[in-house]
Amino acid sequence: MEKTIEEIEDEIVDEFTVFEEWMDKYEYIIELGKNLPAMDEKYKTDNRKVSGCQSQVWLNTNFENGKVIYEADSDAIITKGLVGLLVRVLSNRKPQDIINAKLDFINKIGMKEHLSPNRANGLVSMIKHMKDDASSFLNKNNNQN
Amino acid sequence: MNNFDVEKIRLDFPILQTGINGKPLVYFDNAATTQKPKVVIDTLVKYYSETNSNVHRGVHFLSEKATNAYEASRKTVQKFINAKKSEEIIFVRGTTEAINLITNTYGSKYIKENDEIIISTLEHHSNIVPWQMLCEKTGAKLKVIPINSKGEIIFEQYEKLISTKTRFVSVAYISNSLGTINPVKKIIELAHAHNIPIMLDGAQAIQHTKIDVQDLDCDFFAFSGHKIYGPTGIGILYGKENLLDSIPPYQGGGDMIKNVTFEKTTYNDLPYKFEAGTPNIAGSIGLASALNYVSDLGIENIAKYEHSLLEYGTQNLNEIDNMKIIGNANEKASVISFLVGNTHPYDIGTLLDQLGIAVRTGVHCTEPLMKFFNIPGTVRASFAFYNTKDEIDILIKGVKRASRMLL
Repeated sequence: MEKTIEEIEDEIVDEFTVFEEWMDKYEYIIELGKNLPAMDEKYKTDNRKVSGCQSQVWLNTNFENGKVIYEADSDAIITKGLVGLLVRVLSNRKPQDIINAKLDFINKIGMKEHLSPNRANGLVSMIKHMKDDASSFLNKNNNQN
Repeated sequence: MNNFDVEKIRLDFPILQTGINGKPLVYFDNAATTQKPKVVIDTLVKYYSETNSNVHRGVHFLSEKATNAYEASRKTVQKFINAKKSEEIIFVRGTTEAINLITNTYGSKYIKENDEIIISTLEHHSNIVPWQMLCEKTGAKLKVIPINSKGEIIFEQYEKLISTKTRFVSVAYISNSLGTINPVKKIIELAHAHNIPIMLDGAQAIQHTKIDVQDLDCDFFAFSGHKIYGPTGIGILYGKENLLDSIPPYQGGGDMIKNVTFEKTTYNDLPYKFEAGTPNIAGSIGLASALNYVSDLGIENIAKYEHSLLEYGTQNLNEIDNMKIIGNANEKASVISFLVGNTHPYDIGTLLDQLGIAVRTGVHCTEPLMKFFNIPGTVRASFAFYNTKDEIDILIKGVKRASRMLL
């Protein structure tokens, strides 16, 4: 059976528990950032940009078979690694599950400070956009039914 | 430097004894704001404990005491920048408010449609946006002095920009992003040769170099208290008396008036004309205390010591692989903006933070300047007199470690 959002979150938290040093943690996130496929430049348009003034994030959302598919990218590699984790947790999910997701794992892996609005790295607005996209998909679907 | 005992000076700053992420704090974000010596902190506590009262209003003992302290602070500022009169010293919130005051008052009286205002590519947003707002309101035009790849104003281009339509020049003394020290005396002389008044944004200069507004002969000069080891929320607008007299008030309210009737209000004399409402009394006294602290150390000694940090930092950073220092002006204050390879400043800054090193990353409120260099921002290390070469060594190690992780 397909894993739930919470199960994936737990999986990520588990992966991070092996790191005792902050450096290892960041090395892992940097690795994730490097491995996340770059978004096609043609999608990096202003309407897909969820900008912070420190680093930029692009989010491309599609809807397939009742599920929301996210693709994301950032110009900063640490942000990109974190963006990759969010995509891993939320992409290919039902809209309602995305809207309900608490995303506690970010706190649990010790990356909460990256979600502070002062960081201006685009992550906070990215989560908001992901949820907004899921909501608008849900509303559109409800109206059609 | 023998006569500059940094270790002793560091003890004056309580925050420098603290740790970040389990490591001793290395504070290299001094261009954003400076730390406060204990004497400034004590002054604020003492003011609120023993003096607090409103100024210029009461006949009672405390009001008199507060007023005297407030006006004594004005005199301290006057002396510090060598203004002719204390009436030329206006207490404001900071550099930003000082510039907005000028665009709103001088601007509304003297700037008309198709007039031209000159700024430079190096400006902080606070010396761009208020002028743009004025241009939108009046139909005036903004002209921007170009810079070269070292981050220096191209003087000949400035000369060419001056025309019969030019009504005002407003430039930074020192660039907050790059540390470039502009040839302000020459810039002022040229403006005056064409009878154009000029304002200096001194936010990054006041803490690094001797300011003598009479010698500079600038018409307006602005700075913020928190950049020179004083409290936040207090700053100074200096203006030549005849100019300040000729322009309308900024905000209306208490203290800035002589007489009020519902038919007509007459305004107070300088400097009160520009100080509506209860001012930042504690802040002004804290600022005076900070200026006294700096005077005791000696601004020339500070400049000399900071220059040695700049040279040491520049030389050692340059030895790091893929290091690119942005801004290599011949005349520089102790600010180093840099990038390593194609790493993003945010990534470097995040990793340095984990090491207890506070730097600024991003565009530093100078988007047009970053655009000129075609970069997403920089990592900026800015040094103060309480920083040490040992701390720079920690930065160098940190940058090496971060770039190993990122590249």
